Amino acid sequence: LGSAYRFELVTVAVRDLDDVGLARLSRQGQLYLSLAEMQTIRTYFGDLGRDPTDAELETIAQTWSEHCSHKTLAGRIAYRDERGSREFSNMLKETVFAATVAIRRRLGADDWCVSVFSDNAGIVRFDDRFNVCFKVETHNHPSALEPYGGANTGLGGVIRDTLGTGLGAKPVCNTDVFCFAPPDTPIDELPAGGLHPRRVIQGVVSGVRDYGNRMGIPTVNGAVYFDPRYLGNPLVYCGNVGLIPRDHSFKKPQPGDHIVAIGGRTGRDGIHGATFSSAELTSQSESLSGGAVQIGNAITEKMVLDVLLAARDRGLYHAVTDCGAGGFSSAVGEMSEEIGAEVWLDRAPVKYDGLSYTELWISEAQERMVVAVPPEAWAELSALCQSEGVEATIIGRFVPTGRLALKYGEHEVANLDMQFLHRGRPPVVREAVYQPTAAQPLAWPRQPLDPAVALERILGSLNVASKHWVIRQYDHEVQGGSVVKPLVGVANDGPGDAAVVRPVLSSRRGLVIGCGMNPHYGDFDTAHMAASAIDEAVRNCVAVGADPRRIAILDNFCWGNTDRPETLGSLVRAALACHDLAVALGTPFISGKDSLNNEFRHRTADGREESIAIPPSLLISALGQIDDVSHAVTMDLKSAGNLLFLVGQTKNELAGSHFALVGGCSGGNVPEVDAAMALRTFSAMHAAIAAGTVRACHDLSEGGLAVALAEMAFAGGLGARIDLNCVVREFSTTSRAPKSVAEQEASLMRALESSPERIVQAINQQYEQLESGARPAAHRDVEVVGGTGEVPSAVSTRHSPRPLDSAQIDAVTLFSESNTRFLCEVPRDKVDAFRLLLAAVPHAAIGEVRGDGRLEVIGGFGEPCLLADIATLKAAWLKPLDW
Amino acid sequence: MPQPRVLILRAPGTNCDQETAHAFELAGGRPERHHVNRLLDEPKLLADFQILCLPGGFSYGDDIGAGRILGSQIEHRLAEHFAQFKEAGKLILGICNGFQILMKSGILLPVADAGPPATLTWNDSGRFEARWVELRTTGSHCVFFAGIDRIDLPIAHAEGKFVARDEPFLAGLEKAGQVTLRYQAAGGDARGAYPANPNGSLSDVAGICDATGRVAGLMPHPERFVDATQHPQWTRREQRGAGDGLRVFENAVRYFR
Repeated sequence: LGSAYRFELVTVAVRDLDDVGLARLSRQGQLYLSLAEMQTIRTYFGDLGRDPTDAELETIAQTWSEHCSHKTLAGRIAYRDERGSREFSNMLKETVFAATVAIRRRLGADDWCVSVFSDNAGIVRFDDRFNVCFKVETHNHPSALEPYGGANTGLGGVIRDTLGTGLGAKPVCNTDVFCFAPPDTPIDELPAGGLHPRRVIQGVVSGVRDYGNRMGIPTVNGAVYFDPRYLGNPLVYCGNVGLIPRDHSFKKPQPGDHIVAIGGRTGRDGIHGATFSSAELTSQSESLSGGAVQIGNAITEKMVLDVLLAARDRGLYHAVTDCGAGGFSSAVGEMSEEIGAEVWLDRAPVKYDGLSYTELWISEAQERMVVAVPPEAWAELSALCQSEGVEATIIGRFVPTGRLALKYGEHEVANLDMQFLHRGRPPVVREAVYQPTAAQPLAWPRQPLDPAVALERILGSLNVASKHWVIRQYDHEVQGGSVVKPLVGVANDGPGDAAVVRPVLSSRRGLVIGCGMNPHYGDFDTAHMAASAIDEAVRNCVAVGADPRRIAILDNFCWGNTDRPETLGSLVRAALACHDLAVALGTPFISGKDSLNNEFRHRTADGREESIAIPPSLLISALGQIDDVSHAVTMDLKSAGNLLFLVGQTKNELAGSHFALVGGCSGGNVPEVDAAMALRTFSAMHAAIAAGTVRACHDLSEGGLAVALAEMAFAGGLGARIDLNCVVREFSTTSRAPKSVAEQEASLMRALESSPERIVQAINQQYEQLESGARPAAHRDVEVVGGTGEVPSAVSTRHSPRPLDSAQIDAVTLFSESNTRFLCEVPRDKVDAFRLLLAAVPHAAIGEVRGDGRLEVIGGFGEPCLLADIATLKAAWLKPLDW
Repeated sequence: MPQPRVLILRAPGTNCDQETAHAFELAGGRPERHHVNRLLDEPKLLADFQILCLPGGFSYGDDIGAGRILGSQIEHRLAEHFAQFKEAGKLILGICNGFQILMKSGILLPVADAGPPATLTWNDSGRFEARWVELRTTGSHCVFFAGIDRIDLPIAHAEGKFVARDEPFLAGLEKAGQVTLRYQAAGGDARGAYPANPNGSLSDVAGICDATGRVAGLMPHPERFVDATQHPQWTRREQRGAGDGLRVFENAVRYFR
């Protein structure tokens, strides 16, 4: 390091290698290619009559890496499950992409997607002047080895993704979602070579903090999930939303353009990052691949951002992309795919001497962008960069040869056919099998769990507990666009559903950013897990006021080793569910990313080889829009006396729930999504919020009704009294529950302190409707457009219900995690308007807001089944992660 | 003078320049954002402006201490021009990192032989923190806070703890009306208690001004509250339209009208 590099051309004699030799080369050279791929390379160079240089081999390995080509999921898959079998020639294209194609076709002239699954980030329409783009990346393996650097560059990388989208987008907000093992994991349970979760958590959070804050990009939305299976292989999802002028949304390099590197210098950091991410993590990874992890410098990237957007506005380049995984190899390789390029590697600015031509080519040193600059614009671009102290260097030229030629001084060190490079990879063919697990009835806790105890435990469980320790370290206000912040309420500490950001300060239009994920449901059925994640992401956005017809979503599949047919099968099943629900809701996927092989292989104390695979982890990120941010609502209760309405149906769905988690119960029904109902509910909720009838709204997710109610109450510093007998339930209740209108009314009267007659009358109607089973099919004020509400492949694997006792009915009502539900605070004078707008969907007044700082829940016996003080509940919620 | 010209000075790592420019524009000023390299090349540029604002961010990464590098560039290469600017009766405002820069360059408080009389250092929590705080103005003659009694603003910093060299110096500042802003708790004194006083600042100091009242610095971000919907509790409040922070910028612009 540091000493001068002496040029020596290295060729690799692949033509002489047998299959064993090829496999060894792939592994020892950290190429991580399959035997079929290595054989294809051997044949290709055999036909050429020469051996490849090391740079050629590295270029191919990077381009064909899982990270860069998504070859498994975009490959051929033979899938079968209980419904039959299906052959995919490109699984992603035929599931998530296909959903978007179908939605865009249906929208016709109203299509608001601009660029999907092609650029670095997906782009959709925002207003007359701007589009917005969104990308979420994972940086799991680097974060496992070096949490701070891994997460730091994870965020830095995804920011460059939007910066490198179209002709460059201005990053306006970040998201981050993490999955960790519990921080109290005993030291002696750590696998050899693995870091303790507490260290991982602190490193990851600091890494994201230091990059996002320094870049001046607010981190506005995120989530943290805990499961012991993330030990050794944490997940770090980083997202970025960018704002891009409509006429700058597409790029096209031209033959003759200079290839210009802007920003950081090239060093030995980040060698083999793209290929290493395809390998499984082991106790040896740290020493073998430590050099794959980089350390970021946010200020350098901020300087690049400043000059790049200025250059964009002056029209100084034809195309831009980021140097991410694979460095120049990936950036130049992708940009020149349709043209051809010649690169002069010795001209790239270096951090220190001694880099070989191959290292220069594949280094993933951070904060570098590549732009295609027409010769006549070079002088101006160069001067602009110089004026702000940013380095810009011509490192090559786009030439219409259809070839990628690399030179080091006079020497040609690579010359590859673009066709072979980008289309020569043999297809990956995989088998995928999904075997549904037989449904088991929920095993209730042997000692009945008191609802108040269960609620306190759920609030104090890691997934639900307040993430203020993380959130407060992030600047969520910078850029001045923050409207609904991650923490809301009277003391600025309640958990907001989705963030609302106003990216153009001179406009009232807003972006809404939410997410959905629930790895626990995947243990029961990954289809319902996927549908639930979409429902959660969308309902988070709808809960703050987003228009459901304008929500775009992203998929991030993080899975274990998909070489196992059953692991891949659980992923394909999730992808199929994604397709179906996206089409039904009219919610297009615009971008996505997958990360496979998330396993940690190690030797246990007794000498066994063991691999810890993460649970199937599908993150759905949602980007919604709101016409006028001043129509947004937050989840904190506002005034005593207002009524509480529960919108949506509560089913007996406790599998994978937090009640099951804290109660230690297995089995049960996993939450499903009724697509037609979800579509109607989202439309109606949006209409009710837009009409100003809702003072507070919270979606029901982990912990169900009880947790939503508690969070709303303590965020507002108020109390509430509800009657569970009023809840619209879709499971059999015992005869103890009041059935007649009179009984229901009486129970509501108990819940309300004072009820003007008019309201009771209005509410009576809802019971009449419910009793007669009549539900208006559609409502004149709620126009449901965009989706079809139809899910063709919905399969229910539920067991036949056993009669529940009264305490169990109360528990299901309180803690079921059924999808598509909202708890709304409605002022008494808005009740009629609210109910009119909600007429097409199940909803019921279940109680009222009170000012006494207490929660009181009336159960099936007509007596309180849960009494709690909000201060106690809040303390339980704040405590676990108050670091 | 109809519309005062505002120079928003940015450097590598400055990141609040756009919203600060927006705030001055809303207030009726004519903001222009310029890179410090431009000013170093052409210091006379400064004379064309009536207001100089150093916005928030992480100038030069704050790598050797918040505001140190840009502060030292100003101290050693632009001090004379800044002095002329002040003497000409013009206004200088430093927000967050800008406040740190003004402190470290000696622009805000004259540096004594014994070194700077006060500085901004690491928060007691030892880490970066973003939260809204309640502030009150404390009988100062600062141009920027004229007519403002109390105000809610967000802070977002790691090094915002105000410390003075000694008690008498701070007492002197208070007596001279140079302590402009203090953190407070639910209408009463914060008395250093976290999180109302988010960083452990001595005497709850959140902002100060120089002896003229025309040069001021504060840790909270008034440019992040120029619209009512930026307040964290706007959904609980009646306020619509402009946010309270806008008045800081209006005061500056009005000073030249």
